[in-house]
Amino acid sequence: MTTLNRRQALGLSAGAFLALGTRAQAQGRKILRVSPHAALRVLDPVTTNAYITRNHAYMVYDTLFSIDAQYRPQPQMVQDWTVSDDQLTYSFTLREGLAFHDGPSVTSADCLASITRWAQRDVVGRRLAAVTAAMEAGDARSFKIVLKEPFGPMLETLARPSSIPLFIMPKRIADTSPDKALEEVVGSGPFRFIASEFRPGVSWAYERNEKYVPRAEPPSGLAGGKVVKVDRVEALWLPSKQTAINALQKGEIDLLESLNADQRPMLTGPDVTVRRKPGPNASTIRFNWLLPPFDNVKARQAVQAVVTQQDYMDTAIGDPQSYQVCGALFGCGTPLETDAGFPDTGKPDTARGKALLKASGYKGEKVAIITPGDIASFAPLAPLTQQVLKSIGMDSEIQTMEWSAFLARRARTVPVAEGGWNIAHAVFDRIDLISPLGNMNFDARGKSAYTGFVDDPETEALKTQYQRETDPAKQKAIVEQMQRRAYELVFYIPLGTYYDYEAFRTTVTGYVPSPVMVLWGVDKR
Amino acid sequence: MLRLIALRIVSAVPVMLVVATIVFLLLRLSPGDPATILAGDMAGPDAVARMRVELGLDRPLLIQYFAWLGELAQGHLGQSILSKVPVLALIRDRIEPTLVLAGAAILITVLVAVPLGAIAAWRHNSWVDRAVMTLSVIGFSVPAFVIGYLLILFLSIRADLFPVQGYVSPFVDPIAALRHLVLPSLTLALVFMALIARVTRSSVLEVLGQDFVRTARAKGNREGRILWRHALPNAAVPIITVIGLGIAMLISGVVVTESVFNLPGVGRLTIDAILARDYPVVQGLILFFALIYVGVNLLIDVAYVIVDPRIRY
Repeated sequence: MTTLNRRQALGLSAGAFLALGTRAQAQGRKILRVSPHAALRVLDPVTTNAYITRNHAYMVYDTLFSIDAQYRPQPQMVQDWTVSDDQLTYSFTLREGLAFHDGPSVTSADCLASITRWAQRDVVGRRLAAVTAAMEAGDARSFKIVLKEPFGPMLETLARPSSIPLFIMPKRIADTSPDKALEEVVGSGPFRFIASEFRPGVSWAYERNEKYVPRAEPPSGLAGGKVVKVDRVEALWLPSKQTAINALQKGEIDLLESLNADQRPMLTGPDVTVRRKPGPNASTIRFNWLLPPFDNVKARQAVQAVVTQQDYMDTAIGDPQSYQVCGALFGCGTPLETDAGFPDTGKPDTARGKALLKASGYKGEKVAIITPGDIASFAPLAPLTQQVLKSIGMDSEIQTMEWSAFLARRARTVPVAEGGWNIAHAVFDRIDLISPLGNMNFDARGKSAYTGFVDDPETEALKTQYQRETDPAKQKAIVEQMQRRAYELVFYIPLGTYYDYEAFRTTVTGYVPSPVMVLWGVDKR
Repeated sequence: MLRLIALRIVSAVPVMLVVATIVFLLLRLSPGDPATILAGDMAGPDAVARMRVELGLDRPLLIQYFAWLGELAQGHLGQSILSKVPVLALIRDRIEPTLVLAGAAILITVLVAVPLGAIAAWRHNSWVDRAVMTLSVIGFSVPAFVIGYLLILFLSIRADLFPVQGYVSPFVDPIAALRHLVLPSLTLALVFMALIARVTRSSVLEVLGQDFVRTARAKGNREGRILWRHALPNAAVPIITVIGLGIAMLISGVVVTESVFNLPGVGRLTIDAILARDYPVVQGLILFFALIYVGVNLLIDVAYVIVDPRIRY
């Protein structure tokens, strides 16, 4: 159980830790103060897919493989690996010198226990577990995964940065049931979590792991050498973005993880660098496949005919440098990028939309668009969608609620009159989209599927086909088929991708462009 | 007096029980639950359902209610569903910034608003009166976040006199604490000052028209003495009532100021817990606020007796 020491809690109050930091700085220690995009409350990366928990985990834990800046898996804790000719046995050897923060070396037993716990929760991990015949530890640094059938995206899966990445924990901790949240944070990553300074929803801190042995390669994305150049990282959650911007300008913090395109002009002056984040976000329209009118593909196609990404991005984002029209459902700029089936011509086809809506048998029922009122990135989407629906003669109403109520409502399968919904928007990070097995937009299991309840057995079959395929060219061909089908049946409508920004003091150098905020490589003058 | 205090403490128990029950029911009946938050927005219905079972939210409402009451009877407020930190430890950790902020704001308010209101009444219909009333209307009308950001812009960023954000405990570094406290307490006090100044003005104005004031003037007392020694103490009961209610309002309503100045107080904790549907934390906090209201009301009643000997319980 995490407990708060009264004295430490007082001393670590936001301002107090600035004072402590100043003293430490004076003693020659380098302290980096960052304001992340959200408050850290949940520490166990296996129980939640919250980005902030994942980002925290990347600081503390290490991974077997990691994706680089081009979204390709690269070895991280693994020194080398082989795969048998029949593609059924993967053998891995760990690097030398890996050790947990509490002392013991990382062993193959730790890796196998971590894989077992993770594979019970992660959607792709479960697929891997289903085709795994055995996992065998060799010596302390080597282990094997023996499969019942080939699993093509093995390395991509082990390197998966979303939604639940595979982090390696000590066996004694990883043996905990995934039903029970971990209360102890012990990793082997480049930073140590200081549990006594964790103030949920307020602040938390890391110290450099002096014993960490980084890889020799330069950092790239989440891969490469994790060389830590500061002694301590202090994370401070600032709920007001305006306050965070003021604090950065005044030098009270060194780095602001995220601000949107609108907020960028507020940061001026020579002391601050503002940089476009490497990983964009993707907004989407999701239909409820279970309820009329969108249980009919023609109604979904009618909306698709009049949606253009350019219109959405112009209205919602505005700055052309901050968005991109992107028809690749597995992300633009990723290894699986393809335009297959992308129907958006840049001009709404209202006549076709109206004809399709008529053919769908739409009876004039009011469509419920649900939206969270407390999430800024969702704010412009619902009114725009309402206008789009109006243009083809579809009646609609926007129902605004807060995030928690939105998530609960979105999961409901009942009719609108009983608290259901017809249209909801969703926003994804690009790294949520890159895996055909993990991209939730391709969860096509009907009522058991991700919100929207897409029901398409053929897509599920294509996913299995992809999973079994080991030839990258054939994998790509399957992905193209999946994408075409998603557009034909209108699983959802992508509304374009847009970029957020990150800002840091000019005294900060070496901040690695990465889809996840990582602080190795960062130095502070 | 002791009987009053004892009676109030005893009567607080059923009040707390009613509050606890209402909060418990309201939370359970409102849409959304901690399972949806904890599972995350990419979780499918199966993951959310599994999380509900893990958190015990699938159990009948009555069983959940009595299990919570049982824990409460033993003095346990439970632990946060998200962070796993005990609720009492969370409140203990976050109460100090709120109390310090509210205390400073009340101090500023009483020191500034009561004299201003009294002077406005004394100089009724003069430019002083109009100026005080105009300022109080402005203080009342401008939202706290606007005042806060303006203070930051001018006194922190441009004049570089105070830090932008953060809290330093006065028990750790009193000087730094004061520097961090000036802007947030001013922000909070400005709204409260407007209210107290208006109430003081109307109360004093009423008293100034009474016979005993006329008698005091006829006896040749100076105007200052009449105002401060006779009028103000006799106008104190409504002022104390408003100040007392204000204290309770401040403690439970400081969330905007806490957010603007990044003070890790109970206001922010409450909002965060409500948005995350962290049931044990919300329930614990509401009970805590109810306790404060009961305590403040008791103090007000005691203060009545002290300032007005005619009042008897």
